[in-house]
Amino acid sequence: MSANFLVRIRAALLAILLTAAFVVPAQAGPFEDAVAKFANDDFSDTDEAIGAVATSGNPLAFPIISALQDGRLSADPDTKKVFVTGSDGKIIDAATGAAVDKLPDGAAAVRLNNRLRRTVEAALGGLTLLSPDPAKRIAAAQSVFKSHEENALAVIDGALAKETNKGAKAAFTEARAAILLYKADATEVEKLEAVAIVKAKGDQEAMALLTGLGSDVPPNVARAAASAIASIQSNLAMWSMVQNAWYGLSLGSVLLLAAIGLAITFGVMGVINMAHGEMVMLGAYTTFVVQEVIRTRYPGLFDYSLLIAVPLAFLVAGAIGVLIERGIIRFLYGRPLETLLATWGLSLVLQQAVRTMFGPTNREVGNPSWMSGAFELGQITITYNRLWILCFTLAVFVILLAMLRYTALGLEMRAVTQNRRMAASMGIATSRVDALTFGLGSGIAGIAGVALSQIDNVSPNLGQSYIIDSFMVVVFGGVGNLWGTLVGAFTLGIANKFLEPVAGAVLGKIAILVLIILFIQKRPRGLFALKGRAVEA
Amino acid sequence: MTPHVLTRSLDRSASIFILVVAGLGVLIPLSNLLLPAGSMFQVPTYLVALFGKYACYAILALSIDLIWGYCGILSLGHGAFFALGGYAMGMYLMRQIGSRGVYGNPILPDFMVFLNYPKLPWYWHGFDMFWFAAVMVLLVPGLLAFCFGWLAFRSRVTGVYLSIITQAMTYALLLAFFRNDFGFGGNNGLTDFKDILGFNVQADGTRAALFALSCLALIMAFLICRAVVTSKLGKVLIAIRDAESRTRFLGYRVESYKLFVFTLSACMAGVAGALYVPQVGIINPSEFAPGNSIEAVIWVAVGGRGTLVGAALGAVVVNYAKTYFTSGPLAPYWLFMLGALFILVTLLLPKGIVGTFTAWRESRKATEMANAESAAREDGVGEPNPAE
Repeated sequence: MSANFLVRIRAALLAILLTAAFVVPAQAGPFEDAVAKFANDDFSDTDEAIGAVATSGNPLAFPIISALQDGRLSADPDTKKVFVTGSDGKIIDAATGAAVDKLPDGAAAVRLNNRLRRTVEAALGGLTLLSPDPAKRIAAAQSVFKSHEENALAVIDGALAKETNKGAKAAFTEARAAILLYKADATEVEKLEAVAIVKAKGDQEAMALLTGLGSDVPPNVARAAASAIASIQSNLAMWSMVQNAWYGLSLGSVLLLAAIGLAITFGVMGVINMAHGEMVMLGAYTTFVVQEVIRTRYPGLFDYSLLIAVPLAFLVAGAIGVLIERGIIRFLYGRPLETLLATWGLSLVLQQAVRTMFGPTNREVGNPSWMSGAFELGQITITYNRLWILCFTLAVFVILLAMLRYTALGLEMRAVTQNRRMAASMGIATSRVDALTFGLGSGIAGIAGVALSQIDNVSPNLGQSYIIDSFMVVVFGGVGNLWGTLVGAFTLGIANKFLEPVAGAVLGKIAILVLIILFIQKRPRGLFALKGRAVEA
Repeated sequence: MTPHVLTRSLDRSASIFILVVAGLGVLIPLSNLLLPAGSMFQVPTYLVALFGKYACYAILALSIDLIWGYCGILSLGHGAFFALGGYAMGMYLMRQIGSRGVYGNPILPDFMVFLNYPKLPWYWHGFDMFWFAAVMVLLVPGLLAFCFGWLAFRSRVTGVYLSIITQAMTYALLLAFFRNDFGFGGNNGLTDFKDILGFNVQADGTRAALFALSCLALIMAFLICRAVVTSKLGKVLIAIRDAESRTRFLGYRVESYKLFVFTLSACMAGVAGALYVPQVGIINPSEFAPGNSIEAVIWVAVGGRGTLVGAALGAVVVNYAKTYFTSGPLAPYWLFMLGALFILVTLLLPKGIVGTFTAWRESRKATEMANAESAAREDGVGEPNPAE
C-alpha cells in the first residue's frame, strides 16, 4: 500500500519535473535563485529548490541533487552561497560551477528529512532517464517498464525522439509499450502494438506485465495478450531447458575432470584409489601456494597463476602418486579390497597433513581476470569460469586420449592392461609402467584440483566431496574405457541438473544414486563394458 | 539338536571369549552399582556407558566379519544398517518423551513442533510401543539389506563394485536423513531422550542394565555367527569367498547364500545400533557417513578377518585407542594414526591380531611336535604306539 503510494508520488513528480525540463528552456536566473534556496535551511524551501534544479536542464543539476542525497551539499547561510563537494573532494560553487578552494567557515551540510529523501530519489530517477551514460538510461527505462506509470509517458516520448543508442532505444520503446498497455485511453491499435513489443521482449518481466493486465481491456487486446503469454511461457520453458542443459554440462565437466584420473587408475589398472580425491585436493592447494607466491613476489603475474599451477599440480600430485604406487599399492596387486582400505587410510593421512600445514579452514584462491565475470546468451547467464573449465576438461580429455593412442607409454599401458604377462614377455617393464600409469592418473587429478579451486572451497575436505561421485561416473560409464567416462560424466551431470528443479537438489542427488545402483544391476560392467577375456582378468 | 550346535561351535578361544564377555557383563554393572563411589574397584558410570558403546561396536564388527571374513562381501555401508537400527530405537525413545519436551506437545516430538508438522507422519505411528520398535530394529535394516542384496547378488555385482555401491547407498541415506522434511529431525537427529521402558536413561541402574544387555547381545551375536560359520552353510560361504564361480558350477545357488548371510548381518548391525542409541543419548545423520562404515571394516581387519573373536577384539582395541588419543594432547595426530593403521595392517598384518597369533601358535606347536618327534627318535622310543 505505502510502497504503491510512494511509487505514485515518485512517478508523478518525475513526470512533472521532466515534462517541465523539456518545455522550459534553461535560464541562468531562476536556476541560481533556486540553488540559493538550499541555503535557507528550511525543508519546504529545499523541496522547491530540488524541483526547480531538477527541471532546470542545467548540467549541474545532477551533481547537485546527488550531492544532496549523499550529504555532500553544503550551504553558507550568510552569503546564501551553496557548494558541492565532489566525491573526489573537489569543491565547486553550485550556482556557477566555478572551483572553490575551501568551504567558508559558516557552511553546513543541507539537511534532509524522509519526505525530502523520496523527492530527491524521484528527481534523480528522472535525471537518470536523461543521464549521459546509456547504461543508466537503460536501467531507468527498465524501472519504468516495471512500474508502467502513465505520467512518465511524455518524458519517455521525448527521450525516445532524441535517443541514438540502440540498447537504450529498445529499452525506451519497451517502457513506452508497457505504459500504453496500461493506459486507459490508448487506442486498440496502440495496445496491440504494445503487446507485440512486450511479447518480443519475452522474459519474466514481460510475462508479469501481461499477466497483470486487467479484464477491462478490449477483447482483441486480451486475446493477443493471452497468446503472447503462451508464447512467452513456451519461450521461457525453452530457455530454462537450455539453462539446465548448460548447468548440466558444467557439472558434467567437473565430474569428468574429477573422474578422468580415476578412470585411468581404476579403469585401466583396476586399482581402487580412495585417496584420489586427496590428489585433487593437493592440486587445489598447489594452486593456492602458487597464488600466494605470486601475490607476495610478482603481483603482475597473477593472471598467469593458473597456467603456472597446472604443470606444477601435475608434477606434485603425479610424484606423490608414483610414491604411493611404489610404497603401498605395489604390494597389494590382486587384493583390491585391501587396496581400498590402505588407500582410504592414506587419504586420512593426506587430509590431516594438509590440515596441519594449511589449517582446517577454507583458503582463498582467486579468479584471474579472464576467468571472472559472465556474459548473457539469450535469457541465460554464462560465467566465464564455468566455460573455461568445460573447455579445459575437454582439452585434458583429448590430450589424454591422444597420449594413450599415439605415444610409446600409452602403447605400453594398453599392452599391460590387456595382457600383463604377454606384455612382460615382449620386454615391457610392467612394474615401471604401473608406476607411471598411477602417476599419470594422480597427476590428472592434480590438474583437476587446479580447475576445481576456481569454483569450489579449497579446504582439506575438498577431495572427499568428489570421491563418491567420481566412482559413480567411472562405474556408470564402464571400466577401462575413457569414452565411457566422458559419456557417464555428462549423462550424470545433465540428469542431475534436470532432476534438481523437479525434486530439489538433495532428492535429485539421491535419485541419481538410486538410479545408478539399479543401473548396475542391469549392466554390472557399466555403459561401455570391455568385451572378451579382459573382463574376467 | 541344540546342544550339538553349541558344542560344535565352541572351541577354546570361543569359550574364553564368551566367559570374558559374560564376566565383564556381570562384574562391571555390579561394581558400578554396589561399590561406593570413589572406591578403587568401582567403575564410574561414564565408563560403563563407554564400555557399552564398545560392546555395540563389537557387535557391528561381528556382523561385518560374518560377511567379509566368511563370505568375501566387503560392505562399505554397514554403518547404514547400524544407524537405521539406531533410528528405530531413537524414534521409540522420542515418543517416550511425550509432553515433557520443550514444547510440551504430547504427540509430536520437539523438532516436529519446531518445523511446523501438522501431525505425526505415518511412519512414526506404532513407535510408542516398545515391541513395535524392537521389531522395526530388525525389520528395517533387514528389509533394506534384503532388497539391496537381492538386486546386487542376483546380477552378480561382486568385489569392489559391490563395495562402491554399498558406499553409495549409505551416502544416499546420509543425504536423505540430513533433510528436515524427511521427518527424522534433520541435521540434529533425535536426542534429549528421557526414559526407556519406564526407566530413566540417565540413571546409573539403567546404564548398567543396558551395558549388561549389550554384553548379552554380543554373546548372542557371537553364538549365532559361530553357529552359521561352523555349519554346512558356513562351509558353502567359505567356498563362495574362495572361489565363487566354482561354487556356482558345483550347483550351489550362490546368490541365495549371500543374500541370507547379508540380511542376517544387517539385522545384527541394526541391533547393535539400537543398543548404541540409548547409551550415547543421540542419533544423527553423521552415523551414515561413509567414513564410519569404512572405519568399522578396519576394526575387523585389525582384529583378524574371519576369526569372529578377532573382529570383536579389533573393535574394542581400535575404539579404546581412539578414546585414549582423541581425549589427550595427541588429538591432532589421531587421524594420522588411524590412517597409518589402515596402511600398516593391510601391508604387514593381513591376518590381523588374532589370525597372526593363531598362525604363530600353530607354527610353534608344529615345531615343538617336530622337535619332540626327532628327540623321541633319537632316544629310540619313538616308534608309534599301536595302542594310541
